Amino acid sequence: MAMTVDQIADAMYKEVEEATNFGKKLKPMDLTKAMLKAYEEEGVDKKMCKSAIKNLVDSGRLVYTYFGGSYLELPHREGAAND
Amino acid sequence: MPKEYKTPKLDELEKGPWPSFVKEIKLAAKKSEMSNDLLGQLEQSYNEKLGHWKHGGIVGVMGYGGGVIGRYSDLPDKYPSVSHFHTIRVNQPSGWFYTSDALRTICDIWEKHGSGLTNMHGSTGDMVFLGTTTDHLEPVFKDLTEAGWDLGGSGSDMRTPSCCVGPGRCEWACYDTLQRCYDITMRYQDELHRPAFPYKWKFKFAGCPNDCVASIARADISVIGTWKDDIRVDADQVKTYADEGLDIFNDVVLNCPAKCMRYDGEKKEISIDNKDCRRCMHCINVMPKALRPGVEQGATILIGAKAPIVEGALLSSVLIPFLDIDDEEEFEAFCDLIEEMQDVWCEEGKNRERVGEFIQRVGMGNFLEAVGVEPIPEMVAYPRDNPYVFYEDFYEDEDE
Repeated sequence: MAMTVDQIADAMYKEVEEATNFGKKLKPMDLTKAMLKAYEEEGVDKKMCKSAIKNLVDSGRLVYTYFGGSYLELPHREGAAND
Repeated sequence: MPKEYKTPKLDELEKGPWPSFVKEIKLAAKKSEMSNDLLGQLEQSYNEKLGHWKHGGIVGVMGYGGGVIGRYSDLPDKYPSVSHFHTIRVNQPSGWFYTSDALRTICDIWEKHGSGLTNMHGSTGDMVFLGTTTDHLEPVFKDLTEAGWDLGGSGSDMRTPSCCVGPGRCEWACYDTLQRCYDITMRYQDELHRPAFPYKWKFKFAGCPNDCVASIARADISVIGTWKDDIRVDADQVKTYADEGLDIFNDVVLNCPAKCMRYDGEKKEISIDNKDCRRCMHCINVMPKALRPGVEQGATILIGAKAPIVEGALLSSVLIPFLDIDDEEEFEAFCDLIEEMQDVWCEEGKNRERVGEFIQRVGMGNFLEAVGVEPIPEMVAYPRDNPYVFYEDFYEDEDE
């Protein structure tokens, strides 16, 4: 059965969660490539991945961060922040 | 009572007849505690030859991945007002045309939410707001969008496109830079606000080969106005220049990089071998009343420039020698090609690798094949240089 954008978003979120556990940061393109590799046969394409990332960021489940390049991460307390 | 910092080193930068950022910060410091602490921290940095900023991180506004550059002081106890000192990039209007009202509005917004210090403009072209705190980011974004402004790009996204003043003020504009810059900005809003590339991607639109936005040195895609036919010559004006004392032979003809001009000093006539002209604009710049670009105008598309950051500087090289970019169909084809190139770069590019570096790594021939563009001899890094594409047929013939 074809995957929906919400299902792709959930799968992406899981990828980011796992990467975080290993101290790894993922770029949006890493997530898109992972989704295409795993689910291309189920109808997933780049456009759907783009929408999934937009949903994840707009809902606040993931946030963009910058460390020499842009990454998608779970929301967390900023390490450098002077609270 | 704000703390008064002694700043002998910074004071040196106020001397001389030119504008001084120190003078401006001191002015702002009269009203802003943040600007005052900035002076203190800067002086300490100058004394220690050491920066005290921590850069990057999580800061931004909801839904956007670009437009805010996080910055924190690593001396928050000593300079509490610059503990947070985030930068905001605001998308400038095409050609940097503002009304006084618009400028007053953005300055009011910034004095309300930040240090009041701005950089008009950053090297990418945006208006840069220097210094605010994390809790002011959403409110400043709300105020800006309500006044009709939007954030620009930062991080691994399409950076805010910029263009020269073009036909708005300049008679040399060979296409409508303002319109095309606006079109690209609006078309690629997603790419501008949601970083999805291996690294930054810049568009710059220059109306003529004078390249007032320095696109050939800094933009991943440089769109530089040019013309196909002959330079227009007004013979009477050539005579006038000669009569008024311009040394046409030495100041124009001898400075032509193609040596394609002749000047008859007795008749006071100029002749140009246009097929060898390199469209450098030098002669036109010296004799603007006598010489003008041809009438068949458009743009040359170049790819791959960058300033030195991770690797050394690159100048862009020709991808499409001539495109009537004002024509809607040709503009659509240009956008399709851009998207194709971004796809290939996203697929194969390394993290923090600009498209010019990517092309160097994989080879221009392979890149062109991947994006479906036929190599042609005009694809050169410099005028009258050898093309960098080697035809397989050539090698096959040689082998035989």
